Amino acid sequence: MKAALFATCLGDQFYADACADAVRLLRYAGVDVDVPQSQTCCGQPAYNAGRKPEAIRMAYQTLDTFDSADYVVLPSGSCAGMIRCFYPDLMNNELERAQDLAARTYELSHFLVEVLGIRDLGSGLKGKRIAYHHSCHALRELGVCDHPISLLKNCGAEVVSWEADEECCGFGGLFSAKLPEVSAAMADRKLDTLPGVDFVTSTDGGCLLQLSGRGDRHRLSVQFRHLASVLWEGVGL
Amino acid sequence: MSFSGPKHYRVESAKSLKDRPSVRASVTSATDTFNANRSDAYSQIDSDLWRDWARDVKSHALTNLDQYLEQAETQLLANGAKVHWADTAHDALRLLEEIVRDHGISTAVKAKSMLSEELGINEHLEDLGVHVRETDLGEYIIQLIGEPPSHIVGPAIHRSLEDCQRLFHEKFGTPLDDGPDALAATAREALREEFLAADLGISGGNFLVAETGTVALIENEGNIRLSTSLPRVHIALVGIEKIVPRLEDVSGFVQLTSRAATGQPIGNFFSLIQGPKRDGDIDGPEEVHVILVDNGRTRLLADDKAWEALRCVRCGACLNICPVYRQTGGHPYGWTYSGPIGAIIAPGMLGIEEAMPLPYASSLCGACVDECPVRIPIPELLLHWREKAVEKGLTSAIESAGIKAYTKAAERPAIFRAAGAMLRHIPLEAGGRALPILSDWVKERSAPKSSKKSFMQQWKEGIE
Ligand code: SF4
Repeated sequence: MKAALFATCLGDQFYADACADAVRLLRYAGVDVDVPQSQTCCGQPAYNAGRKPEAIRMAYQTLDTFDSADYVVLPSGSCAGMIRCFYPDLMNNELERAQDLAARTYELSHFLVEVLGIRDLGSGLKGKRIAYHHSCHALRELGVCDHPISLLKNCGAEVVSWEADEECCGFGGLFSAKLPEVSAAMADRKLDTLPGVDFVTSTDGGCLLQLSGRGDRHRLSVQFRHLASVLWEGVGL
Repeated sequence: MSFSGPKHYRVESAKSLKDRPSVRASVTSATDTFNANRSDAYSQIDSDLWRDWARDVKSHALTNLDQYLEQAETQLLANGAKVHWADTAHDALRLLEEIVRDHGISTAVKAKSMLSEELGINEHLEDLGVHVRETDLGEYIIQLIGEPPSHIVGPAIHRSLEDCQRLFHEKFGTPLDDGPDALAATAREALREEFLAADLGISGGNFLVAETGTVALIENEGNIRLSTSLPRVHIALVGIEKIVPRLEDVSGFVQLTSRAATGQPIGNFFSLIQGPKRDGDIDGPEEVHVILVDNGRTRLLADDKAWEALRCVRCGACLNICPVYRQTGGHPYGWTYSGPIGAIIAPGMLGIEEAMPLPYASSLCGACVDECPVRIPIPELLLHWREKAVEKGLTSAIESAGIKAYTKAAERPAIFRAAGAMLRHIPLEAGGRALPILSDWVKERSAPKSSKKSFMQQWKEGIE
């Protein structure tokens, strides 16, 4: 099986090691991984800012990049959601191509479970207490809910229940810079309700930047780690 | 305190968080309860089916609004009600003034109505020398404090029990540790006199039935029933979007709205108003006036996408679930309607210039869509208004230039990569303060830490 990894703009710069772990994880699962060199950004920052023309240009860049990939896998629910849910609307000139790309695109844990049919990766997370943050777009656009959690559990982790686990962390891309005070209060709601855990994990680097940045301000000792790295640890090689 | 418009949203929300932390605590805990109750109430019915039905009925009514409004007017007149049309808030206030003068009205009781807040009814009545009293408990509290509502359904949601205890202690000399029931009893006692003395009762209308000319009202406290039946004149202020075609539609809507709003199968009281007191009736007003209000609604209806927001039944579910609203309550939004629904109707009703920055007051988390009983595609409409804001040049020049430059780079992978490499070498914690977008980011959080090597670099070097 062949798949192309779309590291995403944020992943490439801020979660590079997690992207590398995603490659390791996919290879371990028997996938022949490619990383097309013309990949840049899915266009979501422009789209959410209300700038469709710019978003469309980035969408075309992405469409051309991944035209020939069997599957496109992203270590991000948010960018995967952008491609799956909004590209067909954005590119009505190339509706078929956009729909075709949308159908081949998956968030990493979604891909592992739905496409590869993986349940057990290993037992590398034995004894770990983990809180899982549902990224809004993974949860509500892609319906990625139990996939990451069951993978974590099957690696031996205890996924601790967390009252605010489905609430938005307050990142929202530009939102966090435009309205930083409200955005930070949203992160605080998550952090204030966080149970005692070894670390927090999520599908999305954006959420993790927000939560860890705010956690650091509050001098919290808990770690925030990308799901790709946590799952790779779960393989336990 | 009154509203000063949405444009101070950022400053006001920041101020609320900094200076009044009890607001965040009260709103979070009250909305937690609302959310738990609604989710329970939704789970007891096939809520998807109900919501599809509600969406379709409302959309149909809005698509044929002229026809249904005319039918409603005919029926209302046949029932003996008087019908008035108000294009603007100003028109509505003028009509109100005429009725007040014609009937020599000096005291009024009001049932909770967001439309009356939108129109500024209380201030106007007071200017006319009419003593006006809010009779919904939450409205009563904020009227005593002198604040506008902070939530469509729970106007005093931002106030804690302690706030109310202190207020009642000052006004009525009640003990500082009176519980909610004792406080409610005190309010009821005070309100009884006001009900009996009032010449005029003012209400809103949850639904207006075209087929029968019926104004339907849902409530929990019984104050609407009293306000609309005790005084000799009743004025119902009804937004033109409240129309539903048939009486049997109301039966579905009253249940769905109650479930969405408070999680009840149906509100404690449900009034169907068919006109003034008839021969043989024991009680009821001598005159019923229905003022049908536009005030920006046809302007919103004319928008090819955002018209869907007119389906809203003002249940408040989208506010309760909204993580942005929950941090501050409604006041920072700067006008009557707050939260997600406020942000999507403000641009249509007030004009996009006036409504800024509300379309951006959302992280687009999408939680509201799953709750809205009439399936308004709220995030889509937020994006729609953002596009309009960009078209009209209402967003910052720096943001615009930044996104354009970013897009250009994104179309040239080599440049994109080189720019990324440069960015990684800026010490973001210190240097970030000088960058337009990051400076605000690092005010509230530690700067993001770039990876030592970008992923693309690692890939080039080979991943073991
Ligand atoms: S938009 Fe929907 S959820 Fe929000 S108040 Fe209106 S009907 Fe309720």
